[in-house]
Amino acid sequence: MSITEYFNLLWTDYTLRTITLGTAVLGAICGMLGSFAVLRKQSLLGDAISHAALPGIALAFLITGAKDSGVLLMGALVSGLVGTFWIRGITNKTHLKSDTALGLILSVFFGFGMLLLTFIQKQPNANQAGLDKYLFGQAATLLESDVLLMIIITAISLFVMLLFWKEFKILLFDAEYTKTLGFNTKFIDVLITFLIVLAIVLGLQTVGVVLMSAILLAPAAAARQWTNNLSIMILLAAIIGAVSGVLGTAISASQNNLSTGPVIVLVAGVFVLFSFIFSPTRGILFREIRLRKNRADMKLFKTLQFMYGIALEHENISHPHAIRILNNFQGYTRGSLQKLENEGWITIQGQQWAMTAKGYKQAQEIYNQKSSQ
Amino acid sequence: MEQKIAVQIDDLTVAYNYKPVLWDIDLTVPEGVLMAIVGPNGAGKSTLIKTILGIIKPIAGSVSIYGEAYSKQRKLVAYVPQKGSVDWDFPTTALDVVMMGTYGSLGWIRRPGQKEKKIALEAMEKVGMLAYKARQISQLSGGQQQRVFLARALAQDASIYFMDEPLQGVDATTEIAIINILKELRKSGKTVIVVHHDLQTVPEYFDWVTFLNVKKIATGPVKEIFNDDNLTQTYGINYKVAVNK
Repeated sequence: MSITEYFNLLWTDYTLRTITLGTAVLGAICGMLGSFAVLRKQSLLGDAISHAALPGIALAFLITGAKDSGVLLMGALVSGLVGTFWIRGITNKTHLKSDTALGLILSVFFGFGMLLLTFIQKQPNANQAGLDKYLFGQAATLLESDVLLMIIITAISLFVMLLFWKEFKILLFDAEYTKTLGFNTKFIDVLITFLIVLAIVLGLQTVGVVLMSAILLAPAAAARQWTNNLSIMILLAAIIGAVSGVLGTAISASQNNLSTGPVIVLVAGVFVLFSFIFSPTRGILFREIRLRKNRADMKLFKTLQFMYGIALEHENISHPHAIRILNNFQGYTRGSLQKLENEGWITIQGQQWAMTAKGYKQAQEIYNQKSSQ
Repeated sequence: MEQKIAVQIDDLTVAYNYKPVLWDIDLTVPEGVLMAIVGPNGAGKSTLIKTILGIIKPIAGSVSIYGEAYSKQRKLVAYVPQKGSVDWDFPTTALDVVMMGTYGSLGWIRRPGQKEKKIALEAMEKVGMLAYKARQISQLSGGQQQRVFLARALAQDASIYFMDEPLQGVDATTEIAIINILKELRKSGKTVIVVHHDLQTVPEYFDWVTFLNVKKIATGPVKEIFNDDNLTQTYGINYKVAVNK
């Protein structure tokens, strides 16, 4: 199946539509809430939470014996939250830094989860297969009810975010100040963290424990490159997340059913790479171009300044001078003189140059700019 | 005339883990003074301010603002944190940051409107930053960032202002501009409490001073207590003798 075939099938094939809608909604909520994680410099928290969710999935299965995704995700939610609050506890109560706490919880919970998974697999129970799909995710197992749950939770998150927009924003920027204004920062903090945990748990079935943090962070990191406005950044991150979800599903479905989670993550990674290079303000490419242009401009200005100095010594600023006069100043070339003439700052006649009134004014302004800064 | 007491601190002790940062501080700040808190690095100056503002919980002791607990008097208090305490690459504009000063009086959920915007713009004008209102905060210079923080506190329209090193890393022009604003605040009857590092300028800028080095060394009018004795006791060296001739 080619990608175009896939998009044609989308209108008729129910399963395909469910999966695509699911990954799109997932990408959107992760992009939205991932922005908060990135701006709080808690990028690794997502990784720790998703890994911490694994034992919850296994325990939920062991206790209930059911493989219903709702039950398993509830287990994931509980153990994800336990992991999160342990991380906070470790950072608050010990000398350990947050990266240590994150690493500890991530690996200990994940190790425990893997242990439980292997234990479950040894059980003489036909029902046990398929839990390992939560490791790398399997979009194909998404049911309509799963997608509906995603949509409901996304809507709730959106509502909460809009309701507490002011509080979220000020907490992200300056938590201590927020506290002095009388806001319960702990409540706002727990609310944001809870939403992030929810988004992660929602994504486990599709993207899996191991890759989940990428879908949380990549859209936000890409979006940050394009805007300096918080609301636009979050909107953009949601769009990039959704598009990554859809494209990832399309590619994986059309290429021999490649595993969906990794493809979605790779698509999001391409967005990040593209943004890092091509963003007009923060991108590497345009920054380099601007740097080079500035350097070239500076050289021109230096030559112009030198000419200004010579012109000042005559009553008529447009008095012609020999080009040779510039010889004791190395900053000019035939090309740069041509550029100066193109700008209308000087005129060249044979072996002589003369400054124009416009060039005179420009040279004065360079000087003023420097002294006023 | 009896002067009102703006800030009253009794037996305040703060410790991180086992090490005391502030030890048994008693401090009374009368209303309407412009007070410097001076002391060496690690003396607990920032901690003192943060404890008064309820950011840090003390082990013992109490703080009252005009006779009541801080939590009841929040709206009378404004805060200028150290400018290095936030990430200036945060995606927002200078006006937006100043507007945050009005969030406290707005309370939960209510959004800032025209009235809050007007307050913020007036505050920006006072600190000479009106021209930069739409500027990305990452594009501001250090001095401009400091002015934005000052404007944010002005937008709180408080009676007592706590400022953590507002003159740190700013150039002479900005320093004078900021000090003039602080002096104006005092003239209009506000109390201003500033963590300050430059001992040379204390007599010129401030009328009240507190010497702090874990313990409170002295507090009072600059004219009376800003002397070699207290400086030596606070910094552990004889300030005048220690400077190489």
